[in-house]
Amino acid sequence: MILVLAEHRRGELRDVTFEMLSLAERISKESPMEIASLLLGGERGFIDKLKDFCDRIIFVDSPELKNYSPEPYLEAIKKAIDATSPKLIMISHSSFGMDLAPFLSEKLSLPLITDCVDVSLKEGRLATLRQIYGGKIFSEIRLKPYERYLVTVRPGTFEPEIREKRSASVMEIPFQAGTYKRRFLEYIEEKIEDIDISSADIIVSIGRGIGKPENIPIVQEFADEIGAVLACSRPVADKGWLPKSRQVGISGKTVKPKIYLALGISGSFQHQVGMKNSKTIIAVNKDPKAPIFNIAHYGVVADMFQVIPVLKEKLKK
Amino acid sequence: MNIILCVKQVPDVTEADIRIKKDGKDIEKEDLEMVINEWDNYAVEEAVRIKEKYGGKITVITLGDEESEDVLRRALAMGADEAIRIDEEGFEGSDPRGIALGLYHVIKDLPFDLILTGAQSADMGWAQVGVLLAGMLNIPYATLAVQIEIKDKKVIVKRELESNTFENVELPIPSLITIQSGINEPRYVSVLGIRRVRKLKIEEKFLDDLEIPPDKVGEKGSIIESMKLMPPPEGKGAEIIEGSIEEVCERLAQIIKEKGGL
Ligand SMILES: Cc1cc2nc3c(=O)[nH]c(=O)nc-3n(C[C@H](O)[C@H](O)[C@H](O)COP(=O)(O)OP(=O)(O)OC[C@H]3O[C@@H](n4cnc5c(N)ncnc54)[C@H](O)[C@@H]3O)c2cc1C
Repeated sequence: MILVLAEHRRGELRDVTFEMLSLAERISKESPMEIASLLLGGERGFIDKLKDFCDRIIFVDSPELKNYSPEPYLEAIKKAIDATSPKLIMISHSSFGMDLAPFLSEKLSLPLITDCVDVSLKEGRLATLRQIYGGKIFSEIRLKPYERYLVTVRPGTFEPEIREKRSASVMEIPFQAGTYKRRFLEYIEEKIEDIDISSADIIVSIGRGIGKPENIPIVQEFADEIGAVLACSRPVADKGWLPKSRQVGISGKTVKPKIYLALGISGSFQHQVGMKNSKTIIAVNKDPKAPIFNIAHYGVVADMFQVIPVLKEKLKK
Repeated sequence: MNIILCVKQVPDVTEADIRIKKDGKDIEKEDLEMVINEWDNYAVEEAVRIKEKYGGKITVITLGDEESEDVLRRALAMGADEAIRIDEEGFEGSDPRGIALGLYHVIKDLPFDLILTGAQSADMGWAQVGVLLAGMLNIPYATLAVQIEIKDKKVIVKRELESNTFENVELPIPSLITIQSGINEPRYVSVLGIRRVRKLKIEEKFLDDLEIPPDKVGEKGSIIESMKLMPPPEGKGAEIIEGSIEEVCERLAQIIKEKGGL
């Protein structure tokens, strides 16, 4: 069996759950296996949403599971594993899975491969594909034989669709909460007074390649000239050179402008998640091997500071 | 507040043309500059700020070769008090658990209130070692911290989630926290600053000193049977616009006007 841990937050089932279920379907084509969703806490309505995507839903309900915390999750997952004996357990490589998966691995002695962009099972052995060095290198991994494997799957990698509709049966497992050392307190959403980059038609986005904050006015003037909004990758926001509200990516904003002009951005997956659906992506980068060129429509291998002034002139006319 | 800080050195590959070694297991690192892992740099700064506020001692630990002493000296220059290097020999080919095991066997005998590590490293990006270590030490933890507040023997950690959402969680002391980038502004480290700590002694530990069964670390102890590195598969990719800057910009301007409806 493949056991997919459903991910939900604040009453919403997250897309990555369905992405993992679609990957599970593909794996089960090669090595036939049941697919189960494990739903911890959350709402009963989620069951209906998951039904078509798997053969079984294992539901563990308790107030302690409503908001994620590693200790009660460990206990609930252990129960689910004991009840179903899965060959493979899938969790998302998100802020949730990054927190939980290594803990499960250590406490339940599960061999773990994190941040997979592909996963396969052949003759009971796990093989995965990962990206390392910021996406500049791929790494194909074969694991030693184990009874059970745990993987985390990179969000946004698989289409959240399945080929064959299923019809899941539901199994509930009772849960008795214990006492825990880590306590969830509250969610926080930061409201920053600033323009909303997600409604812009043209975005000029800068990355670490901007070099120093003194260079920002050069790009700002260019953006103003062509009526574009200035956005950035994470390091620029981390350093406080642009406000956090301008950050594009998994932990920032998702944008779909007509034009996304990426200047000095390498194109990590966390950045791509936030901009890959832009209609036209243009990347300017000194490094011809920068991963951003894999998803851009047009690319220029050059120093952004040579390109900007000339391009500005051309667009003035 | 006594803090243990785990850091590592990584090759800087941002603009590098990475070459893969013949055996396909690693990249050629000779020509690459070794730097402190970005997330660890934020962790060092955070530890120093906590020390400045609450007092205590910072012990910084790395597992690496002799060259990796550089990151320890850097952390000492930023404000750490003591440094330990666990020698890499015998740990080559370890999976994240093997590395965490090495750290565990040194840390278990040290007194501490907090352990800080980076959320992940820029090379392999497993994002596992911190949490594995917490699991081994049987202490609570929280990952991806963007703010840490200490109040009456409790720590409130603001964790970064997706899409500009965060959560606050409460941990007792002792506990372990992994640090997300942007949590602070790491101070500048001058050459002079590093020279000043040149004479501080770095304690060295070797696998033999650590009572770790040797088959638990290195390739033997790893869950991985084989690993093959390769360049990214050639996808569709971008249409690369070539020519002089003039020509390139002419074409770019055309595309921007046409697709952007200017
Ligand atoms: C949990 C988590 C969440 C994250 N969320 C996000 C997120 O939401 N958004 C995000 O962006 N990142 C996010 N990151 C960080 C991400 O992993 C990368 O570190 C980051 O995206 C890299 O930004 P960058 O491309 O600007 O910098 P780098 O990777 O350092 O790339 C800089 C690029 O600039 C090029 N360059 C340098 N100088 C010039 C020049 N003069 N002209 C042209 N090109 C030049 C270089 O060749 C290089 O390709 C997250 C990471 C984690 C762990």
